Amino acid sequence: MKLTVPPPEQFGSPGFTPGPLGDEDRQRLELHAVEIRRAIITMVTRANSGHVGGSLSATDLMVTLYHHVMKHDPRQPNWSERDRFILSKGHCTPVLYATLASCGYFPVDDLDAFRRPGSHLQGHPHQLKTPGVDANTGTLGLGLSTACGMALGAKLRGETQRYFVLVGDGEQNEGQIWEAAMFGAKYSLGNLIAFTDRNRLQTDGNTEDVMPLDPLPEKWEAFRWHVQEIDGHDLQAMLDAISTALAVSDCPHMIVLNTVKGKGVSFMENEAMWHGTPPTAEQETRALEELNHAV
Amino acid sequence: MPFKKTRQGYADALIELAPQIPELIVLDADVAKATQTCDFEVVFPDRFFNCGTAEQNELSVAAGLALEGYRPFATTFGMFATKRAADQLRNSICYGNLNVIVAATHSGISTGGDGASHQTNEDIAIARVMPNLTVLVPGDYEEARLATVAAARHEGPVYLRLGRDQYPVVPELHGDFEIGKAKVLRPAGDYLIVSTGIMASEALQAADELERAGVSVGVVHMPTVKPLDIATLLAECANAKGVVTIEEHSIIGGLGEAVASCLSENLPKPLRRVGVMDCFGESGQAPELLDKFGLRARNVVAAVKDLAS
Repeated sequence: MKLTVPPPEQFGSPGFTPGPLGDEDRQRLELHAVEIRRAIITMVTRANSGHVGGSLSATDLMVTLYHHVMKHDPRQPNWSERDRFILSKGHCTPVLYATLASCGYFPVDDLDAFRRPGSHLQGHPHQLKTPGVDANTGTLGLGLSTACGMALGAKLRGETQRYFVLVGDGEQNEGQIWEAAMFGAKYSLGNLIAFTDRNRLQTDGNTEDVMPLDPLPEKWEAFRWHVQEIDGHDLQAMLDAISTALAVSDCPHMIVLNTVKGKGVSFMENEAMWHGTPPTAEQETRALEELNHAV
Repeated sequence: MPFKKTRQGYADALIELAPQIPELIVLDADVAKATQTCDFEVVFPDRFFNCGTAEQNELSVAAGLALEGYRPFATTFGMFATKRAADQLRNSICYGNLNVIVAATHSGISTGGDGASHQTNEDIAIARVMPNLTVLVPGDYEEARLATVAAARHEGPVYLRLGRDQYPVVPELHGDFEIGKAKVLRPAGDYLIVSTGIMASEALQAADELERAGVSVGVVHMPTVKPLDIATLLAECANAKGVVTIEEHSIIGGLGEAVASCLSENLPKPLRRVGVMDCFGESGQAPELLDKFGLRARNVVAAVKDLAS
């Protein structure tokens, strides 16, 4: 697997300036996204296990966060001032691990051992195992609450780092998500910026068939969150939404990202079977060829 | 014999500890008036967070606070801490090996009038089986206070089991408290009684009654059910003809089974378990229920006599 890892000096500064994305930054982020999508395909194929579809739909967000928005330093994974990221849809570790490797948190070759015995790359994330992971998550619904606790802790101390959390849309069938929604609003967690990966597919099919979620933005508004709805593959739209969120400090944020499950690989796009089915070697080849053309 | 609440021992310890441990934070789930954390809220309103009747969120929020270096005491009833929020206890707290104290009041049959839906007789079993989790079951007000103080300085998650009712004060339980250490309340004899939680007073009464009848019995109290103090257990029953355990919990999965498996592997002895049989409880006053469900000194005496016959 090939990932472009920027020199470590590029991290650790405040980094993110709101405003239009320059051509150079855009090309840099787009290259990261293609490489990470390729790594996702290969990791899951080699492991013969893992979640491709929801990793591909979240890739553009992850690249935007880790390579443009977040204040973090791969040389100091436990730096107290770093922005945090919590993967509440914990099954999408392929995109998290590939992104962390692309930042230099651990060697890219480690991705070869994803889901293998002895590997630090478990099926679901754990902060005591993988450098750069900020919170253990796994069973759905837990991560948003954990992020609320972390954000509350920072707020009590007057710290300024931000807490980014990615929630699945199918995950929002879980009652605990709405417990966390009430809690976040009660304690005015303006330092918490959540994203919904609204790819409209979950394990058993379309979210609106399995357990209808629409109208999702209105639900979060009713829970008194600051809500935006944007295209989750539009880098500029994500940057603008994050900038808008950062300017509102008295309530937590939900940015609903309209995404395509399996984004970037034509035969995986909008197909529920690619939620948790690993590609065959032949499918891997086809997927990587398509992604090569995208570079 | 004076009676006091174990949950009050917990709440008093929190107020005592808060000035010493700046990271200490208390969470509750809309039962603060019942768990007694309302006392803490009055003194430290900025360090108290009411999560509402949402225990799943409460336990995962506690995990998040622990990840940020806080020392949260996530407080609710034992029923909710180990059943409603079992996933969060396991996956948010124990799997992360986080410094969260899950304080579970209203545990056991003695929760009384609320009846079977709220009488958790299986929480020790559930807590015991979770990796990384230390399980504390103090026996009276003072031991609950001491256990809370010890838990506040322990590395890793702790399940602290407390009751609802007024329970006998047992002076033998007071003094030093060390997590993982049993207390020898009566020296070794022909039989050994092993108690946990509020059953210590029944164990002592049973021992006194048996001594009067000419049967020598040792008593070991286990305020830490996990990790079990195997060394003390084996030493105290080395010459015993049999062992009786007593706990305010199901005979399945709790102290009795912990002792039984330890002895089976190390020092097999005839054994009887006194506890709640494999059944649900019912509404009633705590003393009535302890009588009805067989959690009394006389039940221990009968078990020892059964072993002796």
